[in-house]
Amino acid sequence: MRGARTRGAPITGTVRAVLWVAFGLFFLFPLYAMADFSTRDLIAGGRTLQAWTNLVTDDALYQAIVISLLLAAFTVAAMLVILVPTMIWVRLRAPWARGMVEFLCLLPLTIPALVIVVGLRNVYLWVTYFLGESALTLTFVYVVLVLPFAYRAIDASLSSIDMQTLAEAARSLGAGWATTILRVLVPNIWPGILSAAFISIAVVLGEYTIASLSGYQTLQVQIVAIGKSDGPTSVAASLAVLLFGFALLLVLSLVTRGRHAADETSTNPSGVERVVA
Amino acid sequence: MPVSTLSRRVRETLPLLPFLAVVLIFLVIPTVTVIVNAFRDDGADGAASLARIGALFSPAALAALAKSVLLSGSTAIIGAVLGAVLGWLIVSSPSTSMVRRAVISLCSVLAQFGGVALAFAFLATVGLNGVLTLWVQQALGWNLAASGWLYSLTGLILVYTYFQIPLMVIVFVPALEGLRAQWREAAVSLGASRWQYFREVAVPLLAPAFLGSALLLFANAFAAYATAAALVSQGSPIVPLLIRSALTSEVVLGQSGFAYALALEMIVVVAAVMVAYNILVRRTARWLR
Repeated sequence: MRGARTRGAPITGTVRAVLWVAFGLFFLFPLYAMADFSTRDLIAGGRTLQAWTNLVTDDALYQAIVISLLLAAFTVAAMLVILVPTMIWVRLRAPWARGMVEFLCLLPLTIPALVIVVGLRNVYLWVTYFLGESALTLTFVYVVLVLPFAYRAIDASLSSIDMQTLAEAARSLGAGWATTILRVLVPNIWPGILSAAFISIAVVLGEYTIASLSGYQTLQVQIVAIGKSDGPTSVAASLAVLLFGFALLLVLSLVTRGRHAADETSTNPSGVERVVA
Repeated sequence: MPVSTLSRRVRETLPLLPFLAVVLIFLVIPTVTVIVNAFRDDGADGAASLARIGALFSPAALAALAKSVLLSGSTAIIGAVLGAVLGWLIVSSPSTSMVRRAVISLCSVLAQFGGVALAFAFLATVGLNGVLTLWVQQALGWNLAASGWLYSLTGLILVYTYFQIPLMVIVFVPALEGLRAQWREAAVSLGASRWQYFREVAVPLLAPAFLGSALLLFANAFAAYATAAALVSQGSPIVPLLIRSALTSEVVLGQSGFAYALALEMIVVVAAVMVAYNILVRRTARWLR
């Protein structure tokens, strides 16, 4: 990678070291504090893992974890089924729609989740009318939330292959569209699909705004609810989610290592510029 | 348009329909609902009215807007400056190192997926029974958590910088990486000092990206909800929390109508900032190749 390498004067070395330590303290100390706080025994003193065992033994929290994991899986599946064929089709057969699809995919960056949830009430009256009252109906709106992230990840992969040639070769050998997409194109954009899936999982597990204001008990909603009476358990669950997200993105950056050196995904595993926290 | 072209267009559009339907129902319709309802009154027939927009200029709503702008502006400036420094530290370390990967991954998590967890991180650090609070109490006898500042604007500013700095790193590192070593070598071989290179070459090249990123940080903080909602459970000092109380309070009739106006206010602010951001990004894209 082209780096503006600044070496030489020993004074810079000292400044750099001091800055690294300062940033390290600011960012790592709260994480350490979470680990410390969640293992403290407030009554008897000393250490306890009670807060961490609560993650599986507390019924409400465990249910919420299951729901959030299911939501993550459903969102990834729906996102891939909807987005991948659309993006391939737009590049191969309907180039006139490419600008529009990109615009729509990136639109959620400009429209905050909070705005969506305010306008969502009428839509959800219909959704619950047809599909019933279940937290899993959040899948649809989560697909929209992850669109910008998933679009950029898949778009980077699609740009790196000669899709026209691959598709023509497959089609001229007699493959239908489904075979062409599933058995020829998808294996070639595997890294992009993996990135899109990982980032979508992280987004769904961290989502609070829409779930809480629609009244569904997902993991994050439950963390806040428990926090009012049992701080350590909430802190333990929060730290678990952060560490899980960190592990996902770190694995992703190792898996996609060395693919385009100048590619955005190499420095920014999510390939994203912004999300509303 | 000839019939054959038209039928081809239709055939080309059909596979796009599932995607278009999801975006239409779950993104476009909610947004349009917000905009339309912001201009209606609270009656059953919902006649056109400016009452809800007018409520945006009530003292409470204006105070929330001012605090939101103060919070977003201050954390955008702090985040942009410190994030640029951290970005420079990261870029000037070897690109393949594990440390660098770990730092970037951590930044992504904190910037984009933290939300509620960040509120609890600071409750565990400087909250009433926080780890740092107890240490300081034992060592110096001060009560760090006194006066509940963590739940006020000061606390929000501290917690927001915890995701604004990482976000700055993520959006600014590509621009820093675009600064080519050859440009510095050219400047140095023409006799420029490090300071001259920094002032005459690096700063002018990076200025649009820096300002653009700062705008992005502003929009991000302005629209952020989860962290503030988890930290401040009552009262509504900033716009997102005012929207929460308008949505959830069933006591005051017509409050949920006010949420539409507030959401429209948020769309307008964020959209204006994002348009400015896109203009600046386009300027950066000229040399970032």
